[in-house]
Amino acid sequence: MSKLVALLVALFCCASAGATESYGMPKIDIGKGGECVKDPNWMRKNHMHLLFELRDKTVHEGIRDDKLSLKNCIECHASTKDNNVLGREDSFCEGCHRYEAVKIDCFECHSSKRSSALVQKEH
Amino acid sequence: MNDTNVQRRQFLKTSVGAAAVAIAPGMLLFDMAHGKTEAVSNKVRWGMLIDTANCADGCNDCVNACNKENGLSGGLSPTDSQWIRKIELKDKLTGRELSLPMMCQHCENPPCVDVCPTGASFGRADGIVLVDKHLCIGCRYCMMACPYKARSFVHEALHDQKPDVPRGKGTVESCTMCVHRVDKGLQPACAEACPNKSILFGNLNDPESEISRKIRTVASIQVRADLGLNTGVRYQGL
Repeated sequence: MSKLVALLVALFCCASAGATESYGMPKIDIGKGGECVKDPNWMRKNHMHLLFELRDKTVHEGIRDDKLSLKNCIECHASTKDNNVLGREDSFCEGCHRYEAVKIDCFECHSSKRSSALVQKEH
Repeated sequence: MNDTNVQRRQFLKTSVGAAAVAIAPGMLLFDMAHGKTEAVSNKVRWGMLIDTANCADGCNDCVNACNKENGLSGGLSPTDSQWIRKIELKDKLTGRELSLPMMCQHCENPPCVDVCPTGASFGRADGIVLVDKHLCIGCRYCMMACPYKARSFVHEALHDQKPDVPRGKGTVESCTMCVHRVDKGLQPACAEACPNKSILFGNLNDPESEISRKIRTVASIQVRADLGLNTGVRYQGL
């Protein structure tokens, strides 16, 4: 819990400084990037809540919004070099989670790779 | 048309335009949302009718298609996941032999859901029985409760899962009726792959669907109907 508070405080400080990058923040490979759901600062603070809510809706109610899906997040944010959000120090998910020392267990089950790249590989 | 009316129309047009611009950011989010944004309902009940007379002996196409679609290894050891398997039956008295696929029967009253201590095992409103792996603690009660031996436990850490089919160590899994395909309006992989079209997939709640018309006219049974589970998968010629 204290880690989470620290994370939120850290992120709030970044946000209030009005800068998206400040000293010591990890350099992240954002893949294609761009603003899609909400602005980056909001997403940094709240993506976990959004993912929790959406996963329940998808699994239990079958609501599959193509845009607001983990698969679509990865589609844009996987690195353009290796089509992955994990695996390197600057990978989109792993980079920040390493920096904040928050364990990420989504990808024990979910694929961390860009799905369009996987489809191309199959054919 | 008189002048006042024209002006009135013009005013309405511009104000509607202004309103549209004002709510545009929210609207944009809504407009750009694609996919299935409505929850599944119990107006639909997905089911299957399997024609055992057409199911070829030794054909494994449904099993292979399932393995490929869901990223299963296809191994047959006790620790390998099997979502669908072929069963060979023989009536010793008459010598009649049968071959049929067996998988999760997607019961209306599923025993696996009854025994699940965390609510991970659940039936979707449209009749598909699933495991929410976010909630599954891997206790395997559901595997013991299932009369069809339909569920598997993932014993080892997995890699390279399919983006549409998340699977992971320490959770129970079974046939999902290819829920990710069904939600896209496609058929389950096994039904599509069957060379003899022995697996008929459809909506049991729609009296006009092909499957409903067929189960009205031909004799079909539920496996272990005595348990009163009302399975979604039915067998013809068993």
